[in-house]
Amino acid sequence: MDHDSYDDKYIRGILNTVKTIAMVGVSANTSRPSYFAFKYLLERGYGMIPVNPGLAGQELLGRKVYARLADIPEPVDMVDIFRSSRHAIAIVEEALALSPRPQVIWLQLGIRNDKAASLAEGSGLKVVMNRCPKIEYGRLSSEIAWMGVNTRTLTAKKARLFGRGIQRMALNRITVAGGATDAAVRAQKPDDAGQ
Amino acid sequence: MSDRLPGFATLAIHAGAQPDPTTGARATPIYQTTSFVFEDVDHAASLFGLQTFGNIYTRIGNPTNAVLEERVAALEGGTAGLAVGSGHAAQVVAMHCLMQPGDEFVAAKKLYGGSINQFNHAFKNFGWNVVWAEPDDIGTFERAVSARTKAIFIESIANPGGVITDIEAIGKIAKNAGVPLIVDNTLATPYLCKPIDYGADIVVHSLTKFLGGHGNSIGGLIVDGGTFNWSREKRYPMLCEPRPEYHGIVLHETFGNFAFAIACRVLALRDIGPALSPFNAFLILTGTETLPLRMQRHCDNALAVAQWLVERREVAWVSYPGLPGDRYHNLAKKYVPKGAGACFTFGLKGGYDAGVRLVSNVKLFSHLANIGDTRSLIIHPASTTHRQLTDAQKIQAGAGPDVVRLSIGLEDKDDIIADLEQGLAAA
Repeated sequence: MDHDSYDDKYIRGILNTVKTIAMVGVSANTSRPSYFAFKYLLERGYGMIPVNPGLAGQELLGRKVYARLADIPEPVDMVDIFRSSRHAIAIVEEALALSPRPQVIWLQLGIRNDKAASLAEGSGLKVVMNRCPKIEYGRLSSEIAWMGVNTRTLTAKKARLFGRGIQRMALNRITVAGGATDAAVRAQKPDDAGQ
Repeated sequence: MSDRLPGFATLAIHAGAQPDPTTGARATPIYQTTSFVFEDVDHAASLFGLQTFGNIYTRIGNPTNAVLEERVAALEGGTAGLAVGSGHAAQVVAMHCLMQPGDEFVAAKKLYGGSINQFNHAFKNFGWNVVWAEPDDIGTFERAVSARTKAIFIESIANPGGVITDIEAIGKIAKNAGVPLIVDNTLATPYLCKPIDYGADIVVHSLTKFLGGHGNSIGGLIVDGGTFNWSREKRYPMLCEPRPEYHGIVLHETFGNFAFAIACRVLALRDIGPALSPFNAFLILTGTETLPLRMQRHCDNALAVAQWLVERREVAWVSYPGLPGDRYHNLAKKYVPKGAGACFTFGLKGGYDAGVRLVSNVKLFSHLANIGDTRSLIIHPASTTHRQLTDAQKIQAGAGPDVVRLSIGLEDKDDIIADLEQGLAAA
C-alpha cells in the first residue's frame, strides 16, 4: 500500500463502509482539531465513540467517553488515532486485540508511523495515514469547496444533499479524480504535532 | 491502479464547478446574496468557530466565488484559493498573514508599477518594509535577506512584459532563508507557467487580466501552494500560534496544507474586507473556461507582432522574450515554452512625440491602462501612467520617452499589424 498518496475510491470506500468510529485522543476542548472532527463526523451520521482516559465516564457531545478501546462494549469499524506517532503502535496493538477486529486504522493529519501501518495491514486491516477524515469527507462530498479548497475531484453529475440540515452534502458523489496537483501529498506538518 | 489525472483544458472548464445540487443548473449560479441562513444556533456556532464547512456572509465566502477559488487553485496545482476584490487586494491579504510591523520582505525591482507604489507607500504605512532586489542579478536577493525577512515577492513574467524571472533560482534562496516565495503569475497565467512547480509557495493573481480575459471585471486571487511548513518556521503567528479571534485555534495544525488560504480568508479577508462580488466571480469564471485557447492565441499574435515590429525602420528596439536573441529568451524557453505572453514594450526612434502620435493614430488598438483583454491595447507610459516621474525615473522604470507598451488581443493578427502599420506611418 502506497501511503504517500491514496486514490479517491480507497478513501471513499472506507468512509462509505464504516459506521462506528472510535476516536482515540479526542479532546473536550472546543478549539482542538479532534473536537472539530468528532463533532463533524457525528453530524454526518457516524456512530462516534470518544476514547480518552482523562475524560473516561464523562459525556462528549452526548456520547459516553471510554478510557481505552477494550472498554467499548460494541463493535468498532474504524479506529481514528488523534495521538502523536510514537503512540500509534500501542494503539494498533490494542485495536488488533478487539473482537471483532476493526476494519480500518486511520492516523490523523500530520501523523505517520509505517511500522504501525505494517502491523495493521499484516492483520488484514486497511490503513490511512496523515489525513483527516473530516477533511476527506468534506473533499469527496465537495463541502470543503465552500472554503476554496482544491477537492481534486471533477464531475458533471449533480451533487447529492446529505438529506437533512443546511449546507450538508452526501459522500456518494460521482466524480473523476481531478488531482492535477501533488501538493496534497506535500502535507507537511511536524510528525509529532500531538493533537 | 492510480486515478487518471485530467489535463489543463479539462480543469479549466470543470475544476470547482458541478451541477447545482438542488436545481440542477449546469452553469455556476450567481449566488448574489450577502448572507446565508443557519439551521440553528449550534450550526451557526460551528460555522463561526471554523468547525464545519459552509457559508456565512459573502465578505468571508460565497459559493460562486468558491468555484473560482477551486478552479484557479487546481490550474496552479495548489491546495486552495481565495478570491478577493482586486490583484492589489490579494497582495494586501496575503502579506497581512505573513507580516508584522517592522518586518521586511524582499521584492524584485521589476514589477507592475502599481505594486511598486503599493509596496513603497501603502505597505510602509503598515510597517511592512520592502527591500528591493534585482531579478537580473540573483545574488542581490540573497544579500537582501535579513533576520526580519518574512517573504520574497516576484512576478513570473514581469509587467509590462519582456522580463522573465528565474523563479527556481529565487525559490532556492527563499527555501534557504526559510521564507515563502510569493509569485505574481498574472501575465503568464498557469497555462504558460506554474510557479509552484519551480518552488513558489504562494501564487497571487490579478484576475482582471488574462484569467478573466475580457476586460469586464476587477478581481484578485491567492493560491496556497501547500508547500510551506508554517509550524517548523515558528515565525508566522497567524499560522502557527493559537488565534484569539477563534478561541485559540492553531490554523496550521487544524487545516494542514491549506492553512494559508484559510488564514487569508478568516483572518485577513474577514477583518480587512476586500471581498469580490459574486457577479464578478461569475464573469471571471466564464473567462477561465477558455483560458488555454485564449492564451495560446494571445502568445501567437504577440510573437507575430513582435517579429513584424523588429523589421520596421521607425522602431529602435523590441523587448519580447519570445524573439530569439532576446536577453530573456533562454529563460522564456524554460519557464514559458508555449509562448512569452501577450504584453511587451518597444521603442520608437522618434521618441516622446512619436509615441504620442502613435497612440493617437491607432484605430483598432484601444488607448488605455489595462492589459489582458480580448482587445489589443496600447499605452505610451511616459505621457500617461508614468507622467509624474522625472525623465531619469521614467527610464529607470522602463518607461522612457520612446517606450510604447502593447497588450496584444485576440483579433486577426493581420488586422493588428495593419493598424500598427498605419499608426506608425502617421507617426
